[in-house]
Amino acid sequence: MGMTITEKILATHAGLEKVEPGQLINARVDLALGNDITAPLAIEEFRKLGVKKVFDPERVVLVPDHFTPAKDIKSAEQAKVLREFAREQGLTNYFEVGRMGIEHCLLPEQGLVGPGDLVIGADSHTCTYGALGAFATGVGSTDLAATMATGECWFKVPETILFRYHGRLQPWVSGKDLILYTISLIGVDGARYMAMEFTGEAIADLSMAGRFTMANMAIEAGGKNGIFPVDEKTLAYIQGRLQRDYRVYQSDADASYVRVIDIDAGKIAPQVALPHLPENARSVYEIDEIKIDQVVIGSCTNGRLEDLQVAARILKGQRVHPEVRLIVIPGTQQIYREALAAGLIDIFIAAGAAVSTPTCGPCLGGHMGILAKGERALSTTNRNFVGRMGHPESEVYLAGPAVAAASAVKGRIAAPEEAI
Amino acid sequence: MLIAGKCHIFGNDIDTDAIIPARYLNTTDPAELARHCMEDADPTFAGRVKQGEIIVAGKNFGCGSSREHAPVAIKAAGVAAVIAASFARIFYRNAINIGLPIFESPGAAASIAAGDEVQIDAEKGEIVNLTKGETYPVAPFPPFMQELIAAGGLMPYVAGKVRAHV
Ligand code: SF4
Repeated sequence: MGMTITEKILATHAGLEKVEPGQLINARVDLALGNDITAPLAIEEFRKLGVKKVFDPERVVLVPDHFTPAKDIKSAEQAKVLREFAREQGLTNYFEVGRMGIEHCLLPEQGLVGPGDLVIGADSHTCTYGALGAFATGVGSTDLAATMATGECWFKVPETILFRYHGRLQPWVSGKDLILYTISLIGVDGARYMAMEFTGEAIADLSMAGRFTMANMAIEAGGKNGIFPVDEKTLAYIQGRLQRDYRVYQSDADASYVRVIDIDAGKIAPQVALPHLPENARSVYEIDEIKIDQVVIGSCTNGRLEDLQVAARILKGQRVHPEVRLIVIPGTQQIYREALAAGLIDIFIAAGAAVSTPTCGPCLGGHMGILAKGERALSTTNRNFVGRMGHPESEVYLAGPAVAAASAVKGRIAAPEEAI
Repeated sequence: MLIAGKCHIFGNDIDTDAIIPARYLNTTDPAELARHCMEDADPTFAGRVKQGEIIVAGKNFGCGSSREHAPVAIKAAGVAAVIAASFARIFYRNAINIGLPIFESPGAAASIAAGDEVQIDAEKGEIVNLTKGETYPVAPFPPFMQELIAAGGLMPYVAGKVRAHV
């Protein structure tokens, strides 16, 4: 019996010939990540261990991105814990405000993750890096502390669901729509504890940005990781970024899957997930008139240059609806500069949008656009749980950047075609 | 391990934003987190829950973010154990790592009502509903997890290993 990509990466990092789903292993970790919410707790635990140095100062990455630039005194104190730990430990990959980005946009961009890597992060959307053919998964602060000390982490080898996306995507349909559709199909716990392997010709056609978006939301189906086969697009992406060796794994033809799901991607319309779960996704064309107060374009899900380009294509020469606040947040400083150079930022500002320095901000109801009681937002982020973006009685609808931009213009949830 | 207490009931897919909203994540202080435990699922819970009581929930408890503040808030609120039909992966891991006892039992989750007194016997692998006179099976932990729990969580376990190396 062959192995899947996920199983092969786990086996190699555990120093084993072969692993099977359900097996508990101890594996070597290539990169360990923490942010301004999760790392302070991890650093506290790390100190209790009495270990003086992290296992490798080049492989522990700290990104203050959630409540930064510090939104209040307590957040400033938390960020300070990271900063001081990074200096004390001589971490090469600490990213300060003004040089940072949302962690899951930033790490691939900076060439910190490559195919075949095993990455853990004390952030649930660490699964994003699966787009590069890496095994990447979210853990908690205590796991991060243990990994910072030992360079190892324990895992249960997951079963894998194979998704095959057939056909060609309709205009305006993106990775976000594919993954929202997929989650609506299997539910928010449909891949609980499992690996999600994304394949098929629609995936081969998909840009790296679209793949990052899909891998990012594997956790929204309960997945342990999302993973893509490496192809020439992956290699082109890491070219000039990744400065070290990497290894490309492919699933064996006789690998075993717990489930195989075939999806006719050509039939998928732009999706919108209704409150309060990502699984409540449906075609934007089936949605009645829903007025909105705020639109957010950004986050580790859809804060990449391509996402901003799509939004700008719709917003160019248009005005944001008078009753809507549009907040655009480029994912990293580099994306911000590229968007500036391409004239996208000017399009947004001319349309009446607020453009922010990179931050998670409103995505988790942190700052930079919190919702009041009874308000409704359409957002390109990944979670629409109760109270996620503010007041427990506010509502979040999830969509891709095309629907978001169109909705900002129309003042209600709208299909991209309606706004051009 | 025997745990007995009165139960509080929650539904399916209780996410970590409901357990501890992000607006309170600018601290790691357990006592402060406990004050907002389950706030967006039931704003009255933190005020009502008493030391040693038990949370019972449906499927996929703890889905969403990786914030360890979620099990920390529950533990610091005095909750002795969480029983659910199923747990989200990262929450499960975090709970074990910080030493919050959790039990997966679809039968118990479906039958226990608010206010029922239950007793959990981890070794025997059963949950007894003292109010209703029913018994539900609960899956035992795999041996590695038992080791972690016996060590008192992941950090004491790792500390033991780190010391063994030097
Ligand atoms: S953008 Fe949102 S989902 Fe992504 S890391 Fe930040 S808070 Fe988490």
